[in-house]
Amino acid sequence: MLEVVEAGGLITIQDKGRVGWRRYGVPASGPMDEMAFIAANLLVGNAAEEAEVEIGGGDLRLQASSDCVIAASGAGYELSVNEWSFPLWGSYFVRRGWAISLQTAGAGMWAYLAIAGGFEATTALGSQSTYMRGHFGGVEGRVLQAGDTLKVKAASRELMEVAERMIAVERRPAYSESPTVEIIMGPQRDRFPSESIEALLSNPYRIAAVSDRMGYRLEGRELRHNGGADLTSEGMTPGAIQVPADGAPIVMMADCATTGGYPKIGCVIRADLPLLAQCRPGKDEVHFSETTVEAAQEKYAVAMRRVHTGLMTDDEATAMGAA
Amino acid sequence: MKPRLLPLGDAAILVQLGADVDPELNRRVHSLDRRLQARAIEGVIETVPAFASVLVHYDPVQVGYRQVAEWLDRELAQSDEAAARPRRRIEVPVRYGGDDGPDLEFVAEHHKISPRKVAEIHAGKDYLVYMMGFTPGFPYMGKLEETVATARLETPRTKVPSGSVGIAGAQTGIYPIESPGGWRLIGRTTLKLFDPASEQPFLFGPADSVRFIIEAVDA
Repeated sequence: MLEVVEAGGLITIQDKGRVGWRRYGVPASGPMDEMAFIAANLLVGNAAEEAEVEIGGGDLRLQASSDCVIAASGAGYELSVNEWSFPLWGSYFVRRGWAISLQTAGAGMWAYLAIAGGFEATTALGSQSTYMRGHFGGVEGRVLQAGDTLKVKAASRELMEVAERMIAVERRPAYSESPTVEIIMGPQRDRFPSESIEALLSNPYRIAAVSDRMGYRLEGRELRHNGGADLTSEGMTPGAIQVPADGAPIVMMADCATTGGYPKIGCVIRADLPLLAQCRPGKDEVHFSETTVEAAQEKYAVAMRRVHTGLMTDDEATAMGAA
Repeated sequence: MKPRLLPLGDAAILVQLGADVDPELNRRVHSLDRRLQARAIEGVIETVPAFASVLVHYDPVQVGYRQVAEWLDRELAQSDEAAARPRRRIEVPVRYGGDDGPDLEFVAEHHKISPRKVAEIHAGKDYLVYMMGFTPGFPYMGKLEETVATARLETPRTKVPSGSVGIAGAQTGIYPIESPGGWRLIGRTTLKLFDPASEQPFLFGPADSVRFIIEAVDA
């Protein structure tokens, strides 16, 4: 069990996501940075989909009420265990009574804390992911607060087997303060004149301060439409770039609505969404570049293989076909 | 309009059957959607029907774009007619007007009829649930009679109480949870449309029918 001593910002329990209810208007939720999320679970010997704590927009301080092994991943945070500093992307043994803290530091926005066994908060509609607007999932459907108790399931592996492991830098996503993020054009590409397509693909964009788990508003060259900005509502997915009448694009993120009524000029590919998610409002710059669905899926397969083999030796990984 | 298949990123494909809000077109959407659900290939996660389209979510590690597109082409080539299955019909009791429906008077004046008449027309027919979205359980329904159809608010409210019944153009809807909202609020129901703790979290879903029942009119 972990006790929450201090929790600022946007800190919630998330598992792999909530599927099967999108036709009823229930978003998938889940992690903002899919790759970091998976890595943290694998570091502590959990299945990739176990519930973790997603940390964003503030600091987290916890106290362990029993011995455990934790791992932290992501970017923009510093980890300390019992007041000793440790790098992210590693797993660590924590003795009963010790403090675990994650404090904002450097480039990045979201960190993940996994614990051997996985967290056990409230399951709603088949998932522990927190959906704040609906007030369900995770810890009472809300952000963590001081005084919360986080229950932990029994670990399936010996703690000492999964402690003190690291994922090498080359096996982590290529985070950057000015990433190139690939997109697939459309489905409403034809609702935009060629100058708008040009503008999106050749100008840098920054993230606006109002951005959150539902969507990242982009600041940069405005995108004009061919006609109006209305569209008969259609299904939506994280990564989709909607452009309302004011021309300021919004990238849909983990808690985005399941349908939407603005034209979508393109959609960020799965492999690159973590790079965008980790961009800091007002500071980092994103460049968009076009790719095909086939190339995007190959890139995603490579990225998934990389994160799933992150704990293997180079030889083992090569044998499995990972780059 | 010929159906179009368009990728939405690398983990979803949009099947567009049309561009408008129309009950007949929407019934074809649900017919297709039901067939896709029943015959989903490995790797397809779920489908989301909307007014004139179905979005197919899939796992790109399990199945590639081409395979999903080819499967969808095959399904689209099949007959339009799905086996008729009885839809659910739900009755929703509403207290119209007063604090429950702060925009009822506006709608009445706009159409030069009495607020009670607005309620009677609104509650006078069954509505098709075209789709759900915006928040969990929010139904987009139609088709509203011209005599009460009214444009949405210019400036949305930051808080709409849960259970509020609204109108936007020729559509009507219900806010299952408190949220911001731009629809004209004509009444409120105490019926619980969405309960995440329940075995059956949603009272009804896309393609079902809803009939409003006048519980009271405060006007």
